Amino acid sequence: MSENVDATLAPQRLGPPRSPISRLLESRLIGWVALAAALLAPFVTASPYSLNVMTTAAIFVLLASGLNIVVGYCGLLDLGYIAFMAVGAYTAGIISKSFELPLLFTIPAVLVMTILAGLIIGAPTLRLRSDYLAIVTLGFGEITRITANNLSVTGGPSGIFGIPGLLKIGGLDVENPAVLYYLTVLVVSLFVLASARLGKSRLGRAWRFVREDEDAAEAMGIHTYKVKLLAYIFGAIWGGLGGVLFAAHLSAVSPQSFIFLQSALVLMAVVLGGMGNMRGVVIGALVISLLPELLRDFASNRYLVFGLLLVVVMVFRPQGFWPARGYERERATVDVDPPAVATEQGR
Amino acid sequence: MTAVLEVKDLQVAFGGVKAVDGLSFSAHEREIIAVIGPNGAGKTSAFNCITGFYRPTSGSVRIKGLETTGKRPADIAAVGVTRTFQNLRLFPDLTVLDNVRAGMHLYGGQNWADAILHTPRFKRSEAMYTDEANYWLDFVGFEGARGVPVRNLSYGQQKRVEIARALARKAELLLLDEPAAGLNYSEKQQLLVLCGRIRDLGTSIVLIEHDMGLVMELSERIIVMNFGREIAVGTPAEVKANPAVIEAYLGKDDEGAQSNGDA
Repeated sequence: MSENVDATLAPQRLGPPRSPISRLLESRLIGWVALAAALLAPFVTASPYSLNVMTTAAIFVLLASGLNIVVGYCGLLDLGYIAFMAVGAYTAGIISKSFELPLLFTIPAVLVMTILAGLIIGAPTLRLRSDYLAIVTLGFGEITRITANNLSVTGGPSGIFGIPGLLKIGGLDVENPAVLYYLTVLVVSLFVLASARLGKSRLGRAWRFVREDEDAAEAMGIHTYKVKLLAYIFGAIWGGLGGVLFAAHLSAVSPQSFIFLQSALVLMAVVLGGMGNMRGVVIGALVISLLPELLRDFASNRYLVFGLLLVVVMVFRPQGFWPARGYERERATVDVDPPAVATEQGR
Repeated sequence: MTAVLEVKDLQVAFGGVKAVDGLSFSAHEREIIAVIGPNGAGKTSAFNCITGFYRPTSGSVRIKGLETTGKRPADIAAVGVTRTFQNLRLFPDLTVLDNVRAGMHLYGGQNWADAILHTPRFKRSEAMYTDEANYWLDFVGFEGARGVPVRNLSYGQQKRVEIARALARKAELLLLDEPAAGLNYSEKQQLLVLCGRIRDLGTSIVLIEHDMGLVMELSERIIVMNFGREIAVGTPAEVKANPAVIEAYLGKDDEGAQSNGDA
């Protein structure tokens, strides 16, 4: 809105001085830079292994950006987030397998199921605060996995396999790993952008108000319960779509993919990256998903090294790599209105 | 004059303790009313009942003629009440502007789809939020950085931001809970002027305050509470001369207490 004004009148510098690197990171270009890097990566390495790792990382970014809505924006600690991915993956898998449909056509059903799951988990639990909510979500995460493990429609412990690909149009086969990778990157970047934009809107502010002080938010006319439920539902949609991509990527879904560790890893990506800052969360997700692969040289000790690195990061950057800044541009000029009380007081 | 706020026989009890015990009063358009009384008299509890944070045990609250007793705070805020808190309740990690934008939440003007697609409507609405937030910060005489987290500000500045946030709601009734607490003399004088200007906007103000100088100068009517009950009501001069008030503030042995009425 006031972009041109800001440019000409050079608004005052806000917050602590920033290095050139962080200035690049905070510019609007960084999104395009990241997208370009993701699109060019297969030209550097396109082995089936690296494509597999990169697709998994992209899906992980989607999950982290969804959990960031719940935990980062709204401050609701969710320890069972992976349940939404499970709901999405199983819904897509079961429908596409039983009706021989490409996964793309299962998305409406996946949306309905994940929103339902969000409501079922959210509606009774969101009246709870902090610690209690964390424990209940942890329980729901496990219930989802154990249910999938025991039902016959979900294939029990061995799960569902041989799931059809996302789509097949003429010669373009989305089951081709490279095509699937590009499609995943495209979808993930759109959703990362969407959740970043949501964070900077009226709803996104309402989430932050609830996170900071529920009572004060309520006094300003914000229905805290409704707003929290919306955060949960958005998080569920992001997770569910992550599940569809997951099913398309592996063409199989099994309960082992949705253990508590996965929820913890997504949460770790959000915390490590910087809660509430979508750019930080993307970096956090890439670190969490790629670092163990890059550490393969350490063989059996790689998770030890991984853990140590995480501890080191949290010691030196307790708020994550890139916490939400809490600064914004101000208008450069003062309004024509007289500056209120000060003049009357002749200060 | 129509009553913006009507409180009738309000009672709140916590266990056996009656925090508010049969309070009745009303506030009219463009009126400034002060609620005073010793600590623990039930002033803040009464505020919390009016704004829905406590559910009254009995009695009724009507705002602009609408029954709001027992509704949730957000619904009562939507009817047209806005408030500040006794101990600052800002959103500490958010910017000054964002804090004031909180008061405008009910204006709407955009939904989540607008936000994701950055529609023209979204941009208009965001520009409106920013302009109005700046307007209200100017209105309360806030000087200083507006794009920084509010936790970085001094206490006096934070108090102003809280009032700006309440005003941004543009409600007909403003409840101020100890607005002068912790302010120095010149800040109190500015607050005095500010309250007058808020009233001129067409807003009724009900305030809880311990600073008697401020209360006497500002309010048209004063309600004195003690032990959850109203013990006196009237103009500043009437209240000052009321023996029950003097007793509540200074104790019973009233040798020469009359002259210290304005404590």
